[in-house]
Amino acid sequence: MGLESILFYYFAIVIVATAALAVSRRNPVYAVLFLLPCLVHIAGLWLFLGAEFLAAIQIIIYTGAIMVLYLFVIFILDLGSFRTKRIIHQQKSLAIAGGLALIVQLVVLTIASTFPGPFGPPQEVVSGGNTQAVGGVLYTDFLFPFELASLVLLVAIFGAVVLARKESEETSS
Amino acid sequence: MENVWLYLLILLLKMIGVITFALLGVPVMVWVERKGSGHIQHRHGPLYVGPFGVMQPIADAIKLFLKEDITPAAVDRPLYFLAPIMAFVPALLTFAVIPIGPHLQVADINIGLLFVMAISSMGVYGLVMAGWSSNNKYALLGGLRTAAQMISYELILGLSVVGVLMYSGSLSLQEIVKAQEGVWLGFIPRWFVIPQFLGWVLFMVAAFAETNRLPFDLPEAETELVAGYHIEYSSMKFALFFMAEYVAMISISCVMVVLFFGGWLPLPVIGPIVESILPVFVVSYLMPVVWFLMKIGFFLFFMVWVRFTFPRLRYDQLMKLGWKVLLPLAIFNVFLSGIIRMAGLT
Repeated sequence: MGLESILFYYFAIVIVATAALAVSRRNPVYAVLFLLPCLVHIAGLWLFLGAEFLAAIQIIIYTGAIMVLYLFVIFILDLGSFRTKRIIHQQKSLAIAGGLALIVQLVVLTIASTFPGPFGPPQEVVSGGNTQAVGGVLYTDFLFPFELASLVLLVAIFGAVVLARKESEETSS
Repeated sequence: MENVWLYLLILLLKMIGVITFALLGVPVMVWVERKGSGHIQHRHGPLYVGPFGVMQPIADAIKLFLKEDITPAAVDRPLYFLAPIMAFVPALLTFAVIPIGPHLQVADINIGLLFVMAISSMGVYGLVMAGWSSNNKYALLGGLRTAAQMISYELILGLSVVGVLMYSGSLSLQEIVKAQEGVWLGFIPRWFVIPQFLGWVLFMVAAFAETNRLPFDLPEAETELVAGYHIEYSSMKFALFFMAEYVAMISISCVMVVLFFGGWLPLPVIGPIVESILPVFVVSYLMPVVWFLMKIGFFLFFMVWVRFTFPRLRYDQLMKLGWKVLLPLAIFNVFLSGIIRMAGLT
């Protein structure tokens, strides 16, 4: 086994293990904290595939901001001391069906696709690095979807503000 | 094969050098802070341990080593032990990409600046974990404040450097330094602080918030939260938090110097004069490090100066300043830099 495959299996095993630990923890703080190594290792996988821009963004956005926000919400609602007795409630059958469907889909896609896979040669070496390539494509070919995504996020922010304001007016009156 | 071993040896030596640089900076900063605060407050500061009290940080370190390491009964043990490490390691990791000189850098990766942002965004976990695992009201409040403060000010930190990226056209820190070479009108250095003055001010304010320094030290605010997130920590675990703060100060000063003050490039006016009288090998190998150290030294002193000059912000003031003043200013700065860049003024 070469260095590349050792690294790949290391990342893959840690990602799967920490993801499994994250969903099986009863304490929400631990669940979130197990997602941390999971997301960092996904960034490692991106690096391994030569997508260094994506790796950095993954860490900045997910581990640096979104996970902190999760922890913030858990602390604010004081869920840290709250341990659920059953982590699977009524949705067992639905979860099994959904999981099976996802597995089937992934297997079919993997067989049908023509990806070179993790051990294949890098598809395209771009001069100036991955960052410029992503930026170039994002602001030329995919400009409209990119702007549309920001609009969707803006609407979500408005929604959150509207909901939060209503609640505070009710409590104050 | 021999080349690989030589390469690894040089890399290892660089790593040891950079880590030593960061760790030696801590006692120096502790001394500067105690002495500086003393003189700002019309006191003498440490006097008795060594000349001018320079051995005081070493005495402090021995004291912290010898203290009893207490683990309170109600803490969440795994996280309680992990938290100081999680606070310290990210602070140290940033040094991996900082160019101390044209040849002295552990790794010149082409996403250097994004790496710095990613690592500095990880620093919050140590504090948040400490706050929660201590099982203490004050500590939890400290952790909560850290989380909110970091999310708010990281945005500003990220947006404030966009202008620099527009001018330099690269994310590699070495390239950013090289883009600042040369002078305007014969003596004004082409440092990015001049076209990006607003960006620098925003970066600096966000840097104070990111390192939890006064006036933004709400996570530990001793007058209201006793000691905040590290209230339950003693001995070397406390020392790690303490060191993490200083290492983070040094690393953010390094990043600021690299982005806005020309990194290892010589100082204006006196730089060329000094370099013309020194031998060539000193100029090319030693002087960049000296210039770099002088620049970060100034900003480290500046941080101490600010700490003992300004009062702490209230929590709501902190949030208002971040979201209603600094964030719009940061977006305006991006817009302005874009216009200047398009107009070709730089």
